[in-house]
Amino acid sequence: MTANDKREILVFAEQRKGKVHPVTIELLGKAIELSNRLPLMVSSVLMGRDVQGEAQELIYYGAKKVYLFEDSSLYSYDPILYKTNIVALTKEINPYAILFGSTHIGRSLAPRVAASLRTGLTADCTNLSIDEDGAFIQIRPAFTGNILAHIKTKTSPSMSTVRYKVMQRAKRDEKREGTIVKMTPLPNDPSWEVIDERVIEGINLPDAEVIVSGGRGLKRAEDFKMLEELAKLLGGVVGSSRPLVDEGWIGKEHQVGFSGNTVKPKLYIACGISGSPQHLAGMRDSEMIVAINSDPSAPIFRYADMGIIGDIYEIIPKMIEKLKRR
Amino acid sequence: MNIIVLTKVVPDIERVKFDAARGVVDRSSAPQEINPFDLNAIEEAVRLKERHGGRITAISMGPSDVEQTLKDTIARGVDEAILLTDKKFAGSDTLATSYALSQAIKSTGDFDIVICGEKTVDGDTGQVGGEVSEWLGISYLPYTSKLDYEDGKFKARVELENIIYEVEASPPLLVSVTKDINTPRLPGFREKLNARKAQVKKMDAEGIEADEGRLGFNGSPTWVYKIEVPEEGQRDCKIYKDPESGLKEIMIMLESRDLI
Repeated sequence: MTANDKREILVFAEQRKGKVHPVTIELLGKAIELSNRLPLMVSSVLMGRDVQGEAQELIYYGAKKVYLFEDSSLYSYDPILYKTNIVALTKEINPYAILFGSTHIGRSLAPRVAASLRTGLTADCTNLSIDEDGAFIQIRPAFTGNILAHIKTKTSPSMSTVRYKVMQRAKRDEKREGTIVKMTPLPNDPSWEVIDERVIEGINLPDAEVIVSGGRGLKRAEDFKMLEELAKLLGGVVGSSRPLVDEGWIGKEHQVGFSGNTVKPKLYIACGISGSPQHLAGMRDSEMIVAINSDPSAPIFRYADMGIIGDIYEIIPKMIEKLKRR
Repeated sequence: MNIIVLTKVVPDIERVKFDAARGVVDRSSAPQEINPFDLNAIEEAVRLKERHGGRITAISMGPSDVEQTLKDTIARGVDEAILLTDKKFAGSDTLATSYALSQAIKSTGDFDIVICGEKTVDGDTGQVGGEVSEWLGISYLPYTSKLDYEDGKFKARVELENIIYEVEASPPLLVSVTKDINTPRLPGFREKLNARKAQVKKMDAEGIEADEGRLGFNGSPTWVYKIEVPEEGQRDCKIYKDPESGLKEIMIMLESRDLI
């Protein structure tokens, strides 16, 4: 088999405002790993306006081929325009698999592409592999994260959306070479008219290096201020378990867990969090986990590296004081 | 306005047990309910009807024992509830499910809008809405947190994490709504009573004129071949009962890891 015969593993490079989303680099990292198990060629598809620079970056991150669709109509996301072009490309190159980030764009675009191709799609995967028979294996948490389902696809290509912040990023290397293939976008009417597009400046939990999270041990919504002060001193942000988000004490963008954000910061401090399976599913891969809880039997202690049994209302102010004194 | 709502009866996910030996959710271990995310879809449909008139049809797929639970959609303001139920639907993944639902939608005649929730609490894929819209060949507005109808067009706020689009699109279309779009009202006593007397319309594979090769296990390209109870990811936790010594060790750890 020559290099040209290799089937492709195609990574959808999601861009927002002309910048490629970091989940794309994680998908490339995984695709490179898989391409060593089967002879596969890592390729990527990028749509947007004036994104040649980003296409080159994708090559530095390991794509051997970047299919570049440039048109002003592709600057903003349009599920139908994006779908139409990806489906046409897929029919031309017949890839082995297509990977999307499990972002709002990926999770809304991939179903349109999959249904159009009449192929299988697995949502929100946390691992991908290839077995001895060359079959694509997709692993995803199910049943609120208590079990892992291993899923195969009977049709081709296999398609997956992959959770952000679980795969290793590809390494950037300017010596890498690849081809940018300029594609002609298919003419099509937009499916919606974007009247206004704005970016909200909020916290970005998955990208935070330090997270101080509160759970049911908090007595009042105002007490998040105490966690915020601690988080600020550590250069971090505030997270929350689901009950407090449901209570309306803090916004959903702060929620850590199965139905919220998956995070793996350098430091995760769980304050008054018992550690339900749903919460653990969103944070157990953090590098260092510190738990503070008055209940010695709280499951969080079994998943933490360091734990203090005690009252968060006594311990957190002391910790704030110690940090301020430095 | 002809409004379709997609809904699913699910087990109460906080209470349901998993049968690890058989690799399936033990549905008998917890009471059934309407998928919590669908309550926002139903509420949004009712709000559209209140402002613009029309008719709301709820479509669901599942075993016949979900019929009683489905009546809750009628108590909440749905005019007609349809249940797709047939052994031929068993084993459906999202592609087969979305095909059956799209056939059922077509069988109800013309419609302006299909509304669904962001995802179900049991399957948790969030894929069915998008796939239904593709089978129907209509526009798809995902992650919608605000919806209006004016001058023959739907106006919606689509949330792509930190990027917010205000969009306009013409019917027919499919909208998947977020939990933030509204606060579902609780049905009143009289509505509940009336719903109990209402009929749920049942339809089978033939009734929706389905291509049988696209249904159930045969129509499902994905299959779960293995279930794994994950390694718990437990760590060897150093526990301090004395806060002072615990904090001291934490400060040392923070320094050694360059976190302060």
